[in-house]
Amino acid sequence: MTSSEISGGKALAAEAALRPRRRRPFTFARFVRGIAPYLLILPVVVTIAAILGYPLYHLARLSFQKYGLFELIARHGTDVGWANYSSVLHDHLFWQVLVRTIVFTVANVALAIGIGTLLALLLTKVSSIVRVLLTAGLVLAWAMPPVVAVQVWIWITNPENGVLNYVLTQLHVGDYFQHDWLATPFSQLSLTTSLIVWGAIPFIVVTVYAGLAQVSHELVEAAEIDGARPWRVFKDVTFPILKPIFLILTSLSIIWDFGVFTQPYLLIEQPRINASNELMGIYLFEEGYLKTDFGRGAAISILMLLIVAVLSIVYVRKMVRAGDEAA
Amino acid sequence: MRARRGRTRFVWDAIGLLLFVVIAFPVYWMVASAFKPDDELNGLTPTWFSLHPTLSHFRDAMNRPFFWDGVKNSVIVVSVTVALSMVLAFLAAVALAKFRFTGRKAFIVLIIGIQMLPQAGLIIPLYVVLARYHQVNALSGVIVTYMTFVLPFSVWVLRGFLLGIPKELEEAAMVDGSTRIGSFTRILLPLVAPGLVATSIFAFITTWNEYIFARILLNDQSKQTATVWLSYFTGTSRNTDWGGLMAGSTLIAVPVIVFFLIVQRKIAFGLTAGAVRG
Repeated sequence: MTSSEISGGKALAAEAALRPRRRRPFTFARFVRGIAPYLLILPVVVTIAAILGYPLYHLARLSFQKYGLFELIARHGTDVGWANYSSVLHDHLFWQVLVRTIVFTVANVALAIGIGTLLALLLTKVSSIVRVLLTAGLVLAWAMPPVVAVQVWIWITNPENGVLNYVLTQLHVGDYFQHDWLATPFSQLSLTTSLIVWGAIPFIVVTVYAGLAQVSHELVEAAEIDGARPWRVFKDVTFPILKPIFLILTSLSIIWDFGVFTQPYLLIEQPRINASNELMGIYLFEEGYLKTDFGRGAAISILMLLIVAVLSIVYVRKMVRAGDEAA
Repeated sequence: MRARRGRTRFVWDAIGLLLFVVIAFPVYWMVASAFKPDDELNGLTPTWFSLHPTLSHFRDAMNRPFFWDGVKNSVIVVSVTVALSMVLAFLAAVALAKFRFTGRKAFIVLIIGIQMLPQAGLIIPLYVVLARYHQVNALSGVIVTYMTFVLPFSVWVLRGFLLGIPKELEEAAMVDGSTRIGSFTRILLPLVAPGLVATSIFAFITTWNEYIFARILLNDQSKQTATVWLSYFTGTSRNTDWGGLMAGSTLIAVPVIVFFLIVQRKIAFGLTAGAVRG
């Protein structure tokens, strides 16, 4: 929010305080105006309550029940108390997957935001033709459906005649002849990271670049004349101005990457998915859906939702404040 | 000084071009491979630009079982989801942008909060509840599921577009003697039309790209959407039909890329508006 908007709001508030209060008579028009917003939001609220609220309530109940394929057909489960939760929390694999997912998320978010910011800064340095080209490339990457991008990644990295192995060998990076990029859990997750970061960068570049336009040239130039090196200029001038943007980008990226499913699930592929490479989303899918142990799956879901809820508090609070102000 | 500046600009440009190649390459390679004859695809030395392009892979992909079923299902799911969501979301966006009311903040929390829910966490409850109402293996089940994700986003973005309309225009229409509804249809709707188009296209892209719920809720191959069809393309055979796979990928990506290019600027604005204002 700009300062002029804020002072405008203050002026309005002052004006309202000065205006004499009087009770307006109850009229039909006022009544309509009073309930209008509720009628307008009603369809959305009802839809969300029915298709999301009810399942979420059901999820909480399921997590305390034994609910498998038999119960799905019989349509009711048997209460087991906290058994599902204690089974999950005592599962060594759950903790292993949780730690792996946190490390994976941190790596993905750091890489995407780091590279994205560098690219946004680069966009301010290049000539306009290169800027248009680079933006076009970013938009193409942004537009690729994740399922399609996975197939392209599989083709580019396939051990027999993938173009990546060919290029790396030709550039003398090393001998990558028939190198299998999915050989170890580490390389599987690294390949997934490359795919996710490639898809995530465009949004970050566009957002940071838009933010950079707000940083005044005078400030940067003044700092440069004072002898500040580029890193100092970024750290002490640019970054403080962009801080709110980075805060939102980071929390959004954390939430997205923590719950990621499509890319690792399709890239690592079914026979290779196991305890050594599962991320939280896939662990949940395997334990709850594929093993049709919906009660235990529900307990994992609740735990996952709680973790993400804690992670997203910063973002939600910030957005709600922005949305509430701009009415 | 000038010469040095020119030289550093050249270095930045060179880095920029290199990065452009790296970033755009996967998309180029997908399209290029889709047009290559088999001997160029299967050779150990890649062909960077085919001089003998062929359409045979596209024919193969389209002739594969369930391709047209997938496209048809995707089109049905996407169009119904988008049409329903836009009407409902627009109403709610008007309420948020033009009215102050008790519970407004709670509604905003709901709208923002839902977008944070990890989809994987919702697989189990949605599957169990939809199974109970016989909505598993039915497109209607997928449509209502998608609506819960499209609605919050659309309400939020449309609200942004509505806020962009100057209040004076609306008030001018009211002074001219038109009713609130009259001012709405004649002044507000034409002004917000570009926003509606942009939001629908974004909703189109999200639904067209969606994978996990379509995979879980639709079991029959004839009921599956296009993305699920593509995910089953390679199957279990060792010898992948790379040309067909890339042709299928291109066919599924093209509508998204085209629409994305149309609305890219507007959506970047819609998404960042909240962030930049903060």
